[in-house]
This record gives sequence, C-alpha cells and structure tokens, in this order.
Amino acid sequence: MSKSVEMMKTLTLSTALVVTAAFAFAQENPAPSREGGFGLGRTALPEEVAAWDIDIRPDGQGLPVGSGDVYTGEELYIDYCSACHGDFGEAVGRWPVLAGGFGTLDDEDPHKTIGSYWPYLSTVWDYVHRAMPYGAAQSLEDDEVYAIVAYLMYLNNMVEDDFELSNENFLEMAMPNEDAFFMDDRATTELTVFAGEPCMENCAESIEITARATVLNVTPETAEDASAAPEAMPVAAEAEVVETAAAEPEAPAGPDPELVAAGEALWRQCASCHQIGEGATNRTGPMLNNTYGAPVGSHEGFRYSPAFAEANAAGMVWDDEALSAYLLDPRGFIPGNRMAFRGLRSEDEAAAMIAYIRAEGGDAQ
Amino acid sequence: MTDSPKFSQSRRQFLAGAAVATGAAAAGKFAHAQAAGPDPAIMEMQPWQQYLGAGVDAAPYGVPSPHEAHVVRRNVEWLTADTVSSVNFTPLHELEGIITPNGLCFERHHSGVAEIDPGQHRLMINGLVDNPLVFTMEDLMRFPRENRTYFLECAANTGMEWRGSQLNGVQFTHGMIHNVVYTGVPLRLLLEEAGVRTSGSWILPEGADASGMTRSIPMEKALDDCMVATHMNGERLRPEQGYPLRLVVPGWEGNMWVKWLRRIEVGDAPWHHREETSKYTDLLADGQARRFTWEMDAKSVITNPSPQAPILHGPGPTVLTGVAWSGRGTIPRVDVTLDGGINWHRARMSGPSFDKSMHRFYFEFDWDGRPLLLQSRAHDSTGYVQPTKDQLREVRGLNSIYHNNGIQTWAINERGEAENVEVG
Ligand code: HEC
Ligand code: HEC
Repeated sequence: MSKSVEMMKTLTLSTALVVTAAFAFAQENPAPSREGGFGLGRTALPEEVAAWDIDIRPDGQGLPVGSGDVYTGEELYIDYCSACHGDFGEAVGRWPVLAGGFGTLDDEDPHKTIGSYWPYLSTVWDYVHRAMPYGAAQSLEDDEVYAIVAYLMYLNNMVEDDFELSNENFLEMAMPNEDAFFMDDRATTELTVFAGEPCMENCAESIEITARATVLNVTPETAEDASAAPEAMPVAAEAEVVETAAAEPEAPAGPDPELVAAGEALWRQCASCHQIGEGATNRTGPMLNNTYGAPVGSHEGFRYSPAFAEANAAGMVWDDEALSAYLLDPRGFIPGNRMAFRGLRSEDEAAAMIAYIRAEGGDAQ
Repeated sequence: MTDSPKFSQSRRQFLAGAAVATGAAAAGKFAHAQAAGPDPAIMEMQPWQQYLGAGVDAAPYGVPSPHEAHVVRRNVEWLTADTVSSVNFTPLHELEGIITPNGLCFERHHSGVAEIDPGQHRLMINGLVDNPLVFTMEDLMRFPRENRTYFLECAANTGMEWRGSQLNGVQFTHGMIHNVVYTGVPLRLLLEEAGVRTSGSWILPEGADASGMTRSIPMEKALDDCMVATHMNGERLRPEQGYPLRLVVPGWEGNMWVKWLRRIEVGDAPWHHREETSKYTDLLADGQARRFTWEMDAKSVITNPSPQAPILHGPGPTVLTGVAWSGRGTIPRVDVTLDGGINWHRARMSGPSFDKSMHRFYFEFDWDGRPLLLQSRAHDSTGYVQPTKDQLREVRGLNSIYHNNGIQTWAINERGEAENVEVG
C-alpha cells in the first residue's frame, strides 16, 4: 500500500471514528500495514504447495491426470461408500442421499442430490477426494476418485454403464441443474421491502395462534422437562449422575488399564459406524457388545455382507487372532466385506483396540 | 395446553389499564409480602458460613458452580446421522450480557473436532501471490493484532422452523450463534505479506480437519475486515472452535469462518465447492436457488421468558430480555410486543454496541397473569427491519433452510409456561 493511500485511509477512518466513537471506541485502531511487509514466514516450497493444494474448480483448475470407469467405480463404491450412502445412493438411515430427486426442486419436499441439484461435477470430484470416505479422508487414489465419480454420474442417470471419466472429457460434462443458481439478490428483493418505520399501535384487529411446537413434540427431553417441571431441574440431576458414574474407579480385575486407554483413544476411528457399551445399537456397523469370542456376523438385526454371512457359516469366530487380522486389514482378511475402514496401523494398536472392546462389554456372554 | 386465547383490540385496552396500575405502584403504594415465619436460610447456619472452603489450588482452571450444571450446550439427536458431523446449541436462555462464554459456544463440525498440536500447525498462502508463504504459529504472533467482538451465526440457525413451530426452546430454535471477542491478525496483513497479484479476486480458506472445509470469499471482504484469530474471549481458541487458528468473517454466515485454518489460496474465480453449492445455497419455491448469500440479516429473539425459561414468579414485575444482531451493522433499536403484534413497545438496549456484534435488550413490565404472545423485532443501522416469518415465506417459500431471521413468537400461558408458536 502506498503512503498516500495509507494516509487517506487513516483520514477516512478518523472521520468515521468521530461518528461511531460513542459506540465502538474499542475497535478504533487498525493494525498497521508495513511497507515491504514484515519479512515473517518463509517461502513455501513447490512440493509443499502441491501436497496441500488439492482444490478443483469448475474450469478444471486443479484436476489431476487420470481416469476411471463406471464398473470400477461401482466396486469401489460398494466397498467404501455404500455402508452409509446405500448401494444406489439412496442412503442408509439419515446419512446423505447421493442420487435421484429429479424434478423435485419446486415440490413441497425437494430432494437435493448430486444429480438433481449440484451445479458442477468438479464439486463432486473435489469433495469425494477431500472428505470421503467419512473417517478416512484423502485415502482414495486419483483414478479411484474418477471411477467413483463416474459411478455417481451413472447412479444419477447422467451416463451409461460403459462410461469412463477422465481429465480429458471432464469439462464436457454439464450438470442438469447448473443454470438454476443465481447470485444473492436480497438487496433488491428484500432489503428495500423489509425497511421503513413499522406500525407500533393498533396494528391488527386480533391475533390468534396458528401453529404450536408441542403438537410436533420433537424437542429433546431435557427441554420439555424444563418447561413441564421447571423447579425440578432434571437436567442438573442427570449431569450429576453422569459425573458420579465417571468418577467411579475401574474394577481392578479388568484388563490392563493402559492398554484400554490406548484403545479408547483409537475408538474414535470406529465411532462413526459402531457403538459399544450400555445402550449400544446397530448403526452403519453392527454394535460390538458380545463380539469377542462370538461367531463372525452374529448380531441380530444387522444386514451383513454375503462375505460375512459366508464366514459365519464356515464357523469363523472372533478370537484374538481373527480380530487382530481383521482390524489390521479389513478387506484383505475377509474379502468383499463392507466395513469401509482402512485398518489399524500396528499390532499394538490392534491389541489396544481389542482390550478396549473387551473392557466395554465386547466379550461374548 | 389447549387454551388459545384471542388477542384483540379490546384486550389491548385491558393491558393499557394494567399499565396505569403500574404507574400507581411507582408512586410507592405497593405493599411488600409478609413472611409466615423466620426464613431457615437466615435462621440456620449454612455449612459455607462455618467451614473452610477449597483453597486456591483446588481449581487451577475454574469451572461454574455445580448449581449451574444444567447450563450446557445440547444437541438434537434426530437431526443428524451421528454426533461427529453434527451440531449443538448455545443455551441462550441461561446467558446475560453480550459475550458467550467459551465453553458454551455452539459447535458444528463436519468431521469432528481436530485435535491439533500447535507446534505442527502451519498456515500456507498460495495461488495468485508473488511469494507463496508458510507461517508457523510463532510467526503469526509477531504480526500486529487486533481485538474485535463479533457474532457468529450458522446460516441454518432457525432453519428447522420454516414450515412452522418445531422446537420448543430458544436454545434449539436460535442457539446456533455465539458472540466472542477475537484477537487476531488482520487477514489483509498476511495477504500483503504474500503480495496478491492484480488478478487475485477470490480467496479459498481451507481447514486442517478431516472435512478439509473450504469456502470461496471475495477479495474485497478478505481485505476489509476478515481476521485470522488465535484467541477468543482472552484465551486461546477452544479446540472445538478451531484451535489454534480460525478465520473470522464478520457478519457473514458461520460456515465461512473456517476452523483449524491451514491454507488460504488466492484465485481469480470462485471454487463452487460443496459448502457453497450442495449446502448454503437457498432453494426458492420455483426450484431456482440463490448462491453466495453471505450476509446474515438482522435478527432478534426473546431469550427470557421462553420455553426453557418460564415465568416462575407469578404476576407482578417481570423482566423480559433478549438478544439482537445484524451482519450489516449495529442494532440501535428493538421493538417488543406482549400481544402478538397489536401494540409494540421500544425495548431498552443495554451493554456495548459493536458493529456486527450481539446486542442485549430489556423490557420490564407488570405481568397481570394473563396469557401473552411475546415477540421482538430488530432494526439495524442500515434501516433494515426484521420481517415476520410470513413475509419471509412470501419471498423464499418453505425450502430455503438457511437465513431464517423471521420474528419469533413465544406464547405464555396463565402458569407462566412458554411455548414456541406462530400467530396470524
Ligand atoms: C461412515 C459413513 C460414510 C461413508 C462410509 C461415506 N460417507 Fe459420504 N458422507 C457421510 C457424511 C456424514 C456426510 C456429510 C458430512 C458433512 O456433514 O459435512 C457425507 C457426505 C457425502 C457427500 C456430499 C453429500 C451432499 O449432499 O452434500 C458425498 C458426495 C459423499 N459423501 C460421497 C461419498 C463417497 C463417494 C464415499 C465413498 C468413497 C462416501 N461418501 C463414504 C458419511 C459417509
Ligand atoms: C465406515 C464404517 C466403519 C468403520 C469406520 C469401522 N467399522 Fe467395523 N464394521 C462396519 C461394518 C459395515 C461391518 C459389517 C461388515 C459386513 O457386514 O461386511 C463391521 C464389522 C466389524 C466387526 C465385526 C462385527 C461382527 O458382528 O461380526 C468388528 C469387530 C468391527 N467392525 C470393529 C471395528 C473397529 C474396532 C473399528 C475401528 C478401529 C471399526 N470396526 C471401524 C463398519 C465400520
């Protein structure tokens, strides 16, 4: 910034200050620029920029060389994505839906998916590569991303099953809903309307209640209790119970507490799909109570893969060896199984994980 | 609750009558209550009056009184598939003043809380700059820094209420907001350090968490008032708020305030990433969608009384309070109604009034024990007046999810209980 510009800026600022000083005197002194910079930081190496600069733009900027076809994409998708997003992008439970919804955007209940809503294909590539699979971000190779994106296009009726997507044909792919987006126009459609001195007295003949939240009854328990019996403070009571439970010392007969603690730290990698302990239920993955020492794939109500059903029929049991091998290399140990998890990194991690599972109620009864 | 009292002009006359009675009370004619007998809280020795309390080493990092254990962030389980990509809500009904305590600032993560070792954290600036740079946290602490107070509101705050009253509590309807004093380096200084090329008209901040959060922001905003914050309310950022580095984008939707900030790319066009296409675009009734709706419109809500904070004291002097904010300036005025909008009163503003920061308002009145329909209406320094929910629906339909700043109504019944309702 040149000196004169800087001075002008200071001048305008100080006049502005006179006006707003009464309100905002604490925000009056902007940190000064310095001619030629501060000389702080260091130049980023090209390989460092390459390592972090993974973003893709609609004009193709950032797109790596590569390709992948619908068939390859389907296989990868079933392995890495279907556990949450469903075999056809229809989603399991409340995970995001990835396909369908065409022609619903002006409906009462629109379904916004990649096919029905997303304006650019580059966004799909960028996002899948950057953030998916959930819990194993940036684990896919470029060609794998091309293949999965091709499969997502196929699921959304954009291409036939013999399609191959590559950096060469990428920019030819137009999304059906691209033209439905327009720049924020509130300045003309709202700001001018929601203005002016409003009515302050006798503004209506009469007012009636037209909708009530209690009819729906979807507010979490705590809030309802509070409005029903405010003096009772049920929330506080609950919080105290939790605290006392947590403060209770571990039973001494259990497994090595250090190992369990190490396992607990690793559990975060599993928690997006599995529950364990009291109140655990099947989620994206089966609940893991009653697992250690039990037959593979034995949790009632969970829809296991054919690979798991086979292992169960063959009499495979989750002993130390099997669990450890599975957790280290899920896909290698039971080929075709649906756990979208890359595997733990070492025998030590597997031992810790098993100790944690057992300590939390994972032993078969 | 089945009673649905009709609020009408004649009822207004009644309220006006009550106001006259209040006037009489102000002249000193109110008799105070008389105790039936001595109060044990006075007559009996309490343990804290007699025995020694904890020493200065008991709580090196202090926590609230155990009697305040109910003042916590809460989540709504059915909203999301899991709690890792999810949101919890600030307990607005338990707070006063304008600053949100750090531990109560609502959280929204897309891949959970990244736990970052600040020694391993780097901020990179690349793209259309003369000199792509890497900063350590130590480097950043050597730039001049500023202290500024801003609200951060998720664009989806109140998003569950487009189709009508859903959630019964201000924490859930309006709790995706917090107001914090940030300490940080103006982004302008960092961009100047790297030397933005003349073609550089957009930036793409990116987070270091497993969601790699990205948003496109025009250069004009980046150079105007954005900052790279290291501290909140005087202490280092909390992990769930982006420790050790978060982008501050004053007045604009919360999703853009990238947490765990690790990189800023300068470019000549927006990136149209997932969070500005699939999400954070506002679908209108005709199937068209607004994009880049960055600014947060002026909004207010009454925090007490509200469904989680009913009137427990019965008729008589009653304090109504709430908060108001605008992404375009300050809030010089808030109006309040007790009868669903037939008559409005000017609320009393109290506390500091900063640009793009939360404001606190009060309205004291004598409750006559009859049902009330409470609303507040914010005016911002640009002249914008907070619209009703129906006014918004007229422009936007029911499916835009984001930017619902419509006027909120709480119905209070004779017992002082409050419910989230809509009126017409
Ligand atoms: C463990 C569950 C899980 C798995 C496995 C998973 N995802 Fe996701 N996916 C999610 C969640 C959760 C989100 C939303 C994240 C957020 O809130 O930002 C999401 C979001 C998405 C979105 C954006 C949806 C939208 O409408 O904005 C796409 C596209 C996607 N996933 C693709 C994939 C692909 C491709 C794979 C496999 C490579 C995959 N996901 C694996 C859970 C999963
Ligand atoms: C992305 C979701 C996901 C993640 C992350 C994940 N799992 Fe799984 N897990 C599954 C699914 C799905 C299955 C069932 C596989 C099948 O049916 O093919 C499974 C099966 C299992 C089983 C066998 C259970 C049985 O009933 O036989 C164990 C044990 C297990 N997982 C442990 C773990 C552990 C430990 C972790 C973390 C280190 C983990 N998983 C991470 C989804 C996941």
